[in-house]
Amino acid sequence: MQMNPHSTETRSPRAKIAVRDLWMTFKSPDKTKPDVHVLEDINLEILDGEFVCIVGPSGCGKSTLLNIAGGFFQATSGAVRIEDKVVTAPDSRHIFIFQENGVFPWLNVEDNVGFGVKRSTMAERKKVVEHYVEMVGLTGFGKTYPRELSGGMRQRVEIARALAAEPDVLFMDEPFGALDYLTRLRLRAEVTQIWQRERKTVMFVTHDVDEAVQLADRVVVMGKRPSRIRDIVAVEVPRPRDLDDPECRRLRDHIFGVMGLDHSGRATEIRGVGAAEEEDETEGKVVNLADRR
Amino acid sequence: MRARLESLLLPLAVAFGFVACWHFAVKWTGSDIFPTPRQVLTGTWELVEKGVLFKYIVASLFRVATGYLLAVFVGIPLGLLMGWFTRFRMALNPAIQVLRPISPIAWIPVAILWFGVSDVAPIFLIFLASLFPITVAAMAAVQNIQLVYIRAARNFGIGGLELFKKVVLPAALPQILTGLRLALGVAWLVVVAAEMIAVNSGLGYLIIDARNAGKRYDLVVAGMAMIGLIGLGLDFLVRRMETLDEVRWGLSR
Repeated sequence: MQMNPHSTETRSPRAKIAVRDLWMTFKSPDKTKPDVHVLEDINLEILDGEFVCIVGPSGCGKSTLLNIAGGFFQATSGAVRIEDKVVTAPDSRHIFIFQENGVFPWLNVEDNVGFGVKRSTMAERKKVVEHYVEMVGLTGFGKTYPRELSGGMRQRVEIARALAAEPDVLFMDEPFGALDYLTRLRLRAEVTQIWQRERKTVMFVTHDVDEAVQLADRVVVMGKRPSRIRDIVAVEVPRPRDLDDPECRRLRDHIFGVMGLDHSGRATEIRGVGAAEEEDETEGKVVNLADRR
Repeated sequence: MRARLESLLLPLAVAFGFVACWHFAVKWTGSDIFPTPRQVLTGTWELVEKGVLFKYIVASLFRVATGYLLAVFVGIPLGLLMGWFTRFRMALNPAIQVLRPISPIAWIPVAILWFGVSDVAPIFLIFLASLFPITVAAMAAVQNIQLVYIRAARNFGIGGLELFKKVVLPAALPQILTGLRLALGVAWLVVVAAEMIAVNSGLGYLIIDARNAGKRYDLVVAGMAMIGLIGLGLDFLVRRMETLDEVRWGLSR
């Protein structure tokens, strides 16, 4: 598409988010321990309105990448640009949704959703809040406090709160990671519907390959730490997507292959054994979180 | 319904048993100094008739309220600042940790030296006794705030004083409230001790005066019972605050 005929830059003019030559090293506070190299030479462009999932074994730095894009971490070198501006701090146009659930427990659902609303008049604010509370299916729960809601409902509140701020980018950091399997399935379907309606640009981190294939326009596959992008897989299956669809299955197997596993979990590459162990760890973490609820 | 009835009847049964044991213990030992429960009741009535009981209760409550509220207004902001600003904490925390273990009772001679026999001395002691638990609770509360709340608020463009008002304070409130409850208990303990030495009114003075002026142990025990009942009432009031939706999320029960 020719958007800007005067542009002489090699960068695509349509890119909403551009990650350029990004490196990230965590300096160890303890001098006896080595620094941790997390991200190596990450280059990625995300189009306006695109839904991109980032998958990889746990601890690979996919969350770190999202935090840099969200303005919470500073990259060691390179930069993330959103609409050509280098990200240096959090911005209310780019809202982050956290796995550990950032819904404020001292506010009821309505006040949480209204927290980031930018409209000035009370009537308008109320309308926006009602609209997004309804969108996530929580009508009637406006006066309810988070502690009285299930984990899935709390995550819906967080999504509604993010949308009510009317951002143009959403960063979602394993938002369903702490939820049970059925709730995850349901929320995936809901997020797909909401995205189809709102067309926000979404960067979505997950360790769940099925989730990525079901949600994303493109899936970015990362390797073990220090990680580079191993592959970017376009998913051109119409939504809503059935995971039993042959194309979905093919893509999933392909992604597992890139990550060094066949879909039964057996290692297929030299580096695969480690990857398999990492996945187990992640599953353990999810189970623990679920137990605590 | 049955559980509620039980939670009412069981303590009543224990109280009745306790009073009965007390009564018979006094009778069997033939003590003529230590009063029976009945003598305590008539003693209490005597205090009511003389008009001192109500006066003393008001005096004690006034001192506790003044000293405690001063501690709340100093301790909460101080603790919040210490929790939020590392430098502030580094500078002040050692001093607080040294002063904190000194019993408020140990300050009584100093308080009398500074303020004489007046209301100011016990108020100062109550202020001191409440200040440390409140400050430390507020500080710890801020340090324990989950980072995700701060990050979410920053993401929505909230910073500075607004962040304090909208996120830091409400997130810290449940733990602060626990500190407030603890401090009120301590304040009520300290007022009695302070009144025994530093002033001529209040429930603490009633007890020591009843003993000194004729070994009136019926009045001593009446004063003790009053202190217990009022302490229970104060704790009940703070517990009521703990059921508010704004803080219930952070209190395990």
